[in-house]
Amino acid sequence: MPPIVKTEDSRNLNRRSFIQITTAATGGLLISLYLDGSSAIAQQAPPPKVYPPDAFVHVRRDGHIVITVNRLEFGQGVQTSLPMILADEMDADWSKVIAELAPAADVYKDPLFGIQMVGGSGSIAHSFQQYRELGAKARAMLVAAAADRWKVTPDQCRTENSIVYGPGNRLAHYSELAGDAARKPVPQKVTLKNPSEFRIIGKRVPRLDSKSKCDGSQKFGLDLDLPGMKIALVAHPPVFGGRLKSVDDRAARSLDGVRDVFEIPLAKGSGVAVVADRFWTAKQARDRLKIEWDLAGVERPDTVQLLARYKQLATTEGNVALNQGDIKAMDRIPRANRIVAEYEFPYLAHAPMEPLNATVKFEGDKAEAWVPSQFQTMDQVAIGEVLGLKPEQVTFHTEFAGGGFGRRAVTDSHVPREAALIAKRLRGTPVKLIWSREDDVRGGYYRPMHVHRVEIGIGRDGMPVAWRHVVVGQSLLAGTPFAMMVKDGVDETAVEGTKDTSYSIPNFHVTAHHPTVNVPVLWWRSVGHTHSAFVMETLVDELAIRAKVDPIAYRRKLLKADAKKLHSVLDLLDQKSGWRKALPKGRAAGIACHESFETAVACAVEVSIENKRPRIHRATVAVNCGLAVNPLSVESQFQGGLGFGLTQLMAKGAITLKDGLVEQRNFDGYAPPYIMEVPTTIDVHIVPSTEAPTGCGEPPVPVISPAVVNALSRLTGKRYRTLPLITV
Amino acid sequence: MAKYRLTVNGSEKTVDVDPSTPLLWVLREELKLTGTKYGCGISACGACTVHVSGVATRSCVVPVSLIGGPIVTIEGAGKDPVGRAVQNAWVEKDVVQCGYCQSGQIMSAIALLKETPNPTDTNIEESMGGNLCRCATYVRIREAITSASRQIKQGAA
Repeated sequence: MPPIVKTEDSRNLNRRSFIQITTAATGGLLISLYLDGSSAIAQQAPPPKVYPPDAFVHVRRDGHIVITVNRLEFGQGVQTSLPMILADEMDADWSKVIAELAPAADVYKDPLFGIQMVGGSGSIAHSFQQYRELGAKARAMLVAAAADRWKVTPDQCRTENSIVYGPGNRLAHYSELAGDAARKPVPQKVTLKNPSEFRIIGKRVPRLDSKSKCDGSQKFGLDLDLPGMKIALVAHPPVFGGRLKSVDDRAARSLDGVRDVFEIPLAKGSGVAVVADRFWTAKQARDRLKIEWDLAGVERPDTVQLLARYKQLATTEGNVALNQGDIKAMDRIPRANRIVAEYEFPYLAHAPMEPLNATVKFEGDKAEAWVPSQFQTMDQVAIGEVLGLKPEQVTFHTEFAGGGFGRRAVTDSHVPREAALIAKRLRGTPVKLIWSREDDVRGGYYRPMHVHRVEIGIGRDGMPVAWRHVVVGQSLLAGTPFAMMVKDGVDETAVEGTKDTSYSIPNFHVTAHHPTVNVPVLWWRSVGHTHSAFVMETLVDELAIRAKVDPIAYRRKLLKADAKKLHSVLDLLDQKSGWRKALPKGRAAGIACHESFETAVACAVEVSIENKRPRIHRATVAVNCGLAVNPLSVESQFQGGLGFGLTQLMAKGAITLKDGLVEQRNFDGYAPPYIMEVPTTIDVHIVPSTEAPTGCGEPPVPVISPAVVNALSRLTGKRYRTLPLITV
Repeated sequence: MAKYRLTVNGSEKTVDVDPSTPLLWVLREELKLTGTKYGCGISACGACTVHVSGVATRSCVVPVSLIGGPIVTIEGAGKDPVGRAVQNAWVEKDVVQCGYCQSGQIMSAIALLKETPNPTDTNIEESMGGNLCRCATYVRIREAITSASRQIKQGAA
C-alpha cells in the first residue's frame, strides 16, 4: 500500500465539508470525509470499523448464498469478482452464489474513500481484504455452530462447498447451520487462507450477470417500472448557466398524457421540466415548448478561441507541479538536440449506452430513489437536501447501470437533484427522469479540453536530460468537495501520469494552468492519464526513434529501476509480441506502456492505414495488477478498455462548442468506436503475482491511443499531436 | 391515439397509442418488454434492434403505425434454434460487460447468421457495424458469432 499522508489542514479553506485527502504513490485519490457538522455530506457517518457479516452474506434455506456487493455494477464485473473473494474465504458453493447490489448505507461505504462509490479503479483494490475477512468470519460462525451441535471443537471441523465436515463422517450444510451461526458472536480476528488454498480467487470465473444480460431480463435503471410512475424530461438551456425567461407551454400541454410543465432550478441556471405518462409524449411535449432563454451575462465558450487561448497560455509557466533537478539544464542543450511539441486534446463525452436517469418518489417524511449511481452517498444526500430530508430518510436503491465511465459519479449530483425537484412537486408519484441522448451529448460534464506543451533536451546518449512540461486545462476538482486535491494551484488529476512518471528524467519541470471556462467538466475513465499518457508515450517513442533503439528496449533503459511493475509488463510484452518483428509491408507495430491506479500496462498494436484511417489488426497487452482475482474479468476489462480508449482517436471523437452551443447532438456527430475501429484480436497476458490486487477498470484506457499513433508515425514519418485524429 | 394489433414473440397484442410512437417505446412502455433498449433515438447505436418480419430493424425510428409483420424481441429470441445458439455463445464467451447494448447486438447477430451461416470478418463488420458498445466488447462479439455459427452447423448436421 502507498503511504497515507494527510496533506493540508482544511480549517483555512472556506468549505462546508471537510475532507481529508491523500495521494497514492502512483496515482489514484484516497479520500475520506470528515464531519464538521455543517453540511449534509459532512454529516455522513464514516463507514464502520467492523463490518457485520450479516450485511453482506445471507445463507438461504434452499442453500443459495446471497452476497451483497457494495458497488455499482456497470460492466466492470465486480458483481462477480467481489462475491468470488467472499465465497472463497467462506468456502461457499460457488454454483449457489447469488449477488445483489447494496442500497446506500454506511456499512457499504468504500473502506478507503469513506463514501459509497465506484471510482479510482478501487472496487477490488479497496475491498479485497474486507471481503476476505467477511467470508472468513461467516465461515468461522458456521463452523462454530456445527462444532456446538456436534460437541466438538471448531478445529476438528473443515469446510468445503458450503458444507461443514466434522469427526466421524458428520456433515452439515451451511443452510442447516445458518440459524445457529447467526446467533454466534462475530469473531474479532480470523485467519485468512494462504493464497495456495484459494479455490475461486484466481480462477477464470464467468460473470454471474451474463445470462440475464443476454435474454433481456436484466433490469437497468432506465427499465424501472413502478405503479403510477410518470416520465420526466427537462429542457436545458442551450448555453450552460442560461435561465428561463419565458415559456409558452400551450402546445405541449395540449398533448394527451402530459401531466405538468414547470420551471426547475439547475446546477447552473434553470430549465423546464415536462412530466407525462409516457416517454414519447414527454419528448413530443418538450419539442413543442416555445422557450425564451435569458443568456445575459452567461459566458459563451467557443472551442476554437479556447484553443488559441490555451496554446498561448502553454507558452508561459504555470503553477509549479514539480521542480526536479536544475531548471536551467535545458539552456545548455543545443537547439538541434531539443524537441518542442504541442498537443491538443478536445472535450470528450462519456456517452454511456444507458442514458442518464434517476427515479424518485417523495412522500413527505420519506423518499425512495432508484439510481444507477457511482456515487450513492453523494446522490442520496443530494436527494435528501432537495426534499428537506435527512439522508437516512431516503431509501436509495443502486440500479444496474449501462456503463458510466465516470459520468455517474458527479459531485453536484445534478441528475438525481433534477429528479428530486420534479418528484417534490408530484408528491406521492414516482417520477423517472430521463436524459435523452441529446441531453447527454450536449449536457456537459466532459473530459476537459487540454493543451500540453513540452520541450525536451536530449543528451548525447539519446536519453532525455531536461524536460519542461506545461499542461493547460480546466480543473476537475476546483469548486467540488474534492477541491483540496488542488495544491498550490495545481489540480493533481491534471498532472497525474506526467509529474509522477516512472521514467528517469534528471531535470524535470512540470507546471499547470487551470483556466476557468463555462463548461462543466468531469473525470472520464482514467482521468488525467487519458491525455498525460498520450503525451508521454508518444514523446518517449519519438526519442526511441531518434536514438535508433527498439521502443521496448528504450523504455526499459529510461525507466527507473524501482518501477518494478512497468519493467515486468515490458518484459512480458516483449516475450508475447514477437509478431512485431515480422510484419507484412504496409503494417507497423506501435508500443506504449503506462502505470495508473497502481496497475502497469504495456501494449503493442499492429496497424495499417486504410482510407486514411488507422486499421488496428491486433493488440497484445501485458498487465501487472497484482493478484488477478478473476483473470477472465481482467482480460475483458483490458479488451474493452482498449476499445474505450480509442474514443479519442475517432474522427468524430470530440465535443466542440461554438458561441456557447455544443455542436454535437447524438452519435451521428460524436461517434465512439464501432466494431471495425477496434483491434480484431486482443490477447491479454497477466504477470503472475501474489501482491495485493490493484484496479483494472481504468488502466487499460491510457495505453491504446499512443500505441496506435506510434505505429502510424512509423508508417508515415509524421507525428500525431492533435486529437481527434481526423485523418492520418 | 389509435389501436394497433401487433404480433410480438408469437403473441397477439393490441395497443392504443399515438401513431407516431416508435415501436421501441410501444415495446418498452406498453408491452413492458424492456429488454429492447433506448440508446440514441436516431438509429445510430443499434441498442433497440428487433426483428420485424425477420429483418433486423431499429425500433427507435419506426413508428408503430408502419409495422406490418411479426416482431421478435430479445425476450423471444431463444424460441428459435439460431437465436438460442447465439445467446448460448454469448454466455459461453462471457461477452457482456454492462450489457446494455447486448440485446441489440444479439438481435443483429441472429439476423446475420440466418442470412449468412458462415460469416467472414467482413460480413461480421458489415452486419454488426451499426451496433455501438461503449464497453467495447467487440472482440468477444466476433468470437461469439464464430462460435454460434459452428454450433448451428453442428446442430444441423
